Amino acid sequence: MTAPTMSRTARVSAPSARRSRLVPQLTGWGFVFPATLVIVGLSLFPAVWALLLSLRDGDLLTGGDFVGLANYGDMLGDAELAASAGHTLLYTVLFVPGSVVLGLALALALNLKIRLIGFYRTCFFVPYVVSAAATGILSNFVFDPDFGIVNAGLKALGLPAMGFLQDPDQAMLTLVAISLWGGVGMPAVVYLAALQDIPRELIEAARADGGAGRHVLRHVVLPQLRPATVFLLIWQTITALQLFDLVYTTTKGQPLDSTTTIVFYLYRQAFQLFHSGYGTAIAYVLFIVTLAVSGAVLWRGAK
Amino acid sequence: MTRRSLAHLFLMPLALLFVAPLVWMALTAFMPDADINTYPPKLWPEHFTLDGFRRIFTEDEYPLWLANTVIVAGSAVLGHVVLCSLAGYGFARIKFRGRGVAFAAVMATIMVPTQVLMIPTFLLFKNMGLIDTLGAAIVPWLASAFGVFLMRQFFLSLPKELEEAAIIDGCSPLGVFFRVVLPLARPALATLVVFTLLGAWNDLIWPLIAISSESGYTLQLGLATFAGARHTEWSALMAGNVVAVLPLVLAFILAQRHFVATMSFSGLKG
Repeated sequence: MTAPTMSRTARVSAPSARRSRLVPQLTGWGFVFPATLVIVGLSLFPAVWALLLSLRDGDLLTGGDFVGLANYGDMLGDAELAASAGHTLLYTVLFVPGSVVLGLALALALNLKIRLIGFYRTCFFVPYVVSAAATGILSNFVFDPDFGIVNAGLKALGLPAMGFLQDPDQAMLTLVAISLWGGVGMPAVVYLAALQDIPRELIEAARADGGAGRHVLRHVVLPQLRPATVFLLIWQTITALQLFDLVYTTTKGQPLDSTTTIVFYLYRQAFQLFHSGYGTAIAYVLFIVTLAVSGAVLWRGAK
Repeated sequence: MTRRSLAHLFLMPLALLFVAPLVWMALTAFMPDADINTYPPKLWPEHFTLDGFRRIFTEDEYPLWLANTVIVAGSAVLGHVVLCSLAGYGFARIKFRGRGVAFAAVMATIMVPTQVLMIPTFLLFKNMGLIDTLGAAIVPWLASAFGVFLMRQFFLSLPKELEEAAIIDGCSPLGVFFRVVLPLARPALATLVVFTLLGAWNDLIWPLIAISSESGYTLQLGLATFAGARHTEWSALMAGNVVAVLPLVLAFILAQRHFVATMSFSGLKG
């Protein structure tokens, strides 16, 4: 087809061609626009706004004045924030490896095609759907130092009673234990699905070559599970760094501020002390730390 | 000893440890307060009563909180089912200008965590007059990037022939979507419904920020806020817990078989 012919055809059918091009455009946008508006409008737009807020000294009612990076500078000398970061770090280094390793152990045992697999899977997964509010009420009830059933059990065994959530040295560890109860089902289910994807021949071949169970696990199974492990490490780390709900429903940061996490501290700064500029600055730094940690895990996992 | 019996030896005590607190929670909900407030605690309801449940459904603000939760979670599920599947289909099947950019923008929001968004969203909703209304609790739950992604991946995995046949028969794009595509999407929709229900029903931090009147609380927010103040009302709190937990447990057990399938087509699986 030569150029003049093409342009004449185009001129003749211009209106209908434009309509036939326009209709799928409008149809496409019609399908995606409502969800895109809600998601992008309540995410990217506030994210940019938050960055601007973090450069002002707003008090949640008025916008405040532009203060440059002062909020970020203030974070360096904030001892309470440093303590909250320490508590969050302690929680993260215990919860993330704990939940991933326990999840893997459960999945390996479940993958032996044993009986009662449906019962087991339900038992480990159900706590995952229990809300933080219900978990909190139940925890306060079970771990109550004076009336709780756990101390009643310890006493029956002749062991000394413990303070649990009311002891500054034990409160964070108790929260880790409660989180493992609620947080191990997800890794177990993800690992179980990944294990069932490993070709049987691969494992049979390794066994036939005389590999002991331990070696097959280490050199055949674990490398196959690597994508699942990378995903779970990132997911659980993000969850741990953002710990708030369980703290709010159990200790509210107490005793002696020993369970104040970064997000709990941020919530208090922004919505109880009305330091919204400072609160958004903390949120942004946490966001960047989360991205950096996820990036590092992805980079290590890709090697 | 075989490997399987070793596995049972490892799994059985742990499994019982995991369900025991929930079973005991349910049993406590049927005890009178006097029996709950004894030491050592009773394991079994000797004086069976429905008083805790009666209070949750009829007294104080409890019924309001329950109704608010049902409205918020119901709207979230409805919003997700309609908006996310429409968008997922649009992104998967219809070619239009700006599709790549719009999809990338939606996906980019997955990285932005809640705590960055809560302060500006609070200010935005305050300017719109939404704060302290149920609307504030509902609007952020109408659609999510996860939902759009899940539905798009599912629609990409469907063969195109059925839709093409319907188009040749003169069906409009919306007709194809509602009559042909959506009925096929039941496994993906089941997963979408359960995960949306899980998130919206259990949400705590956003209602805590967005709603200040007690009559507007969700069940989770009400339970979390008053748990400390009402230590004598254990039976009502435990009955509230049962009501707060049971719908999700049932939803998960019913939809369990769909998950593995959904995980594999959405590429989430290992």
